[in-house]
Amino acid sequence: MNIMTEQSLENAVGEKMSAKSNEVIKMRGDKVGVFYGEKQALFDVNLDVRLNQVTALIGPSGCGKSTFLRCLNRMNDTIDSARVTGKITLDEEDIYDKNIDVVELRARVGMVFQKPNPFPKSIYENVAYGPRIHGLAKRKADMDQIVESSLKKAAIWNEVKDRLQEPGTGLSGGQQQRLCIARAIAVSPEVILMDEPCSALDPIATARVEELIDELRQNYTIVIVTHSMQQAARVSQRTAMFHLGYLVEEGATDKMFTNPDDQRTQDYITGRFG
Amino acid sequence: MGEHHTVASFDEDLGAISKLISDMGDLARSMVSGSTKALLNSDNALAQRVVSDDAIMDARQRELDDRAITLIAKRQPMANDLRAVVGSIRMAGDLERIGDLAKNIAKRVGTVGLSVTPRDLSHSIDAMAQLVLIQVQGVIEEYAARDAAALAKLRNEDERIDVKYTSVFRELLTYMMEDPRNITACTHLLFCAKNLERIGDHVTNIAENAYYVLTGQQLPANRPKQDETAMSAPAA
Repeated sequence: MNIMTEQSLENAVGEKMSAKSNEVIKMRGDKVGVFYGEKQALFDVNLDVRLNQVTALIGPSGCGKSTFLRCLNRMNDTIDSARVTGKITLDEEDIYDKNIDVVELRARVGMVFQKPNPFPKSIYENVAYGPRIHGLAKRKADMDQIVESSLKKAAIWNEVKDRLQEPGTGLSGGQQQRLCIARAIAVSPEVILMDEPCSALDPIATARVEELIDELRQNYTIVIVTHSMQQAARVSQRTAMFHLGYLVEEGATDKMFTNPDDQRTQDYITGRFG
Repeated sequence: MGEHHTVASFDEDLGAISKLISDMGDLARSMVSGSTKALLNSDNALAQRVVSDDAIMDARQRELDDRAITLIAKRQPMANDLRAVVGSIRMAGDLERIGDLAKNIAKRVGTVGLSVTPRDLSHSIDAMAQLVLIQVQGVIEEYAARDAAALAKLRNEDERIDVKYTSVFRELLTYMMEDPRNITACTHLLFCAKNLERIGDHVTNIAENAYYVLTGQQLPANRPKQDETAMSAPAA
């Protein structure tokens, strides 16, 4: 009950804050298409990701929502047969431009995966790894500071502060996922992509991560793929519905879940699909 | 459109709620019609039936509440389903109130029947009751027919009941001033008229809810209102 009240309070505060920024487009997809070999998985997707808002991507399996998410930090580059068409911009800069440094892009657009995947290293090293390779800390004290503030922002500091040298893999699933979020935050990203971040977590760990997402959007722009309609309704301000590789409908979350425009959205969120 | 949920029992749960609303609607209509008929014909047996029907109405509302709460807990309905469930809870509340008001009219039948009712008076109450019945019947039928436009129109028709109520109110005052022996019956009839007017308001609520369930849009907050009884009190 307490979590709920605090969250709704923060929501209300957040709404005010975002009133200024919700027209600012952080990332923009313009006619984005994705091919895996001959097969086209995504068709002409035009989607704006707004600054300091949580955008949820929903739709049945194979609808292209994860494919689109992976375009936003060029994760599809890692698949040989994948080809991306159209244009995706971050602060109006084409992220598929040949002058873009992909490693730097992925620091600006971080990612949290479905299954918590901490490195087989200490909790401290899990968070310190990114800042180190990006040269963000010159001295040990700076690094300590980054690790502490990242773990605090990921709402896991109190649980791990006395055992930073223990392996990250020894944490519970929910803690591991928050550690992975801390790891993503450590390199000061602007956008955080989350691919079903709670699907491997129990309800309490899920509630913690959801609360965290709401806190994080004060400072970051978040795009989340989720199979849970309730989760999309709870954590996001904008929702985009995908079906068979097309963007069906995008709009304010409140409206999408009470009175969507498109019949396919209605059928999907009410459980009438297929 | 996908008519059916992937989970078939979800459809059954929603169907049961929708059936209860329709049953409660039918019962409300029969109670309103029965109570006014009993009043106009001094039919005590019919009045008694309306009073006992109210227990059925209450039981149905409780059943609907239980089912709706369980459905929300189990299925977390979204969009049109969510509106249907929440709308049903509200509509059931209004239908139950209509039942209460009809029962209250029925309970006055005995007392009014003992006194001499001015013949003209029963005519104007009768006309008002007919208007209310048309509204009750209409809202149930239009919701069943899923006709949002008709519901929006019906909601504005309540104005006519308000106009009628104002005229009944004035008439009753006249009878009471004419002959103090009319006061007991007229006071009861005044309550009956007020009850009918309140039933009209509940019909308005139901129409608004039904409109929201069907369209996802709220009707504008203000609608024409014509109850002027507060202004027609005689200057003493």
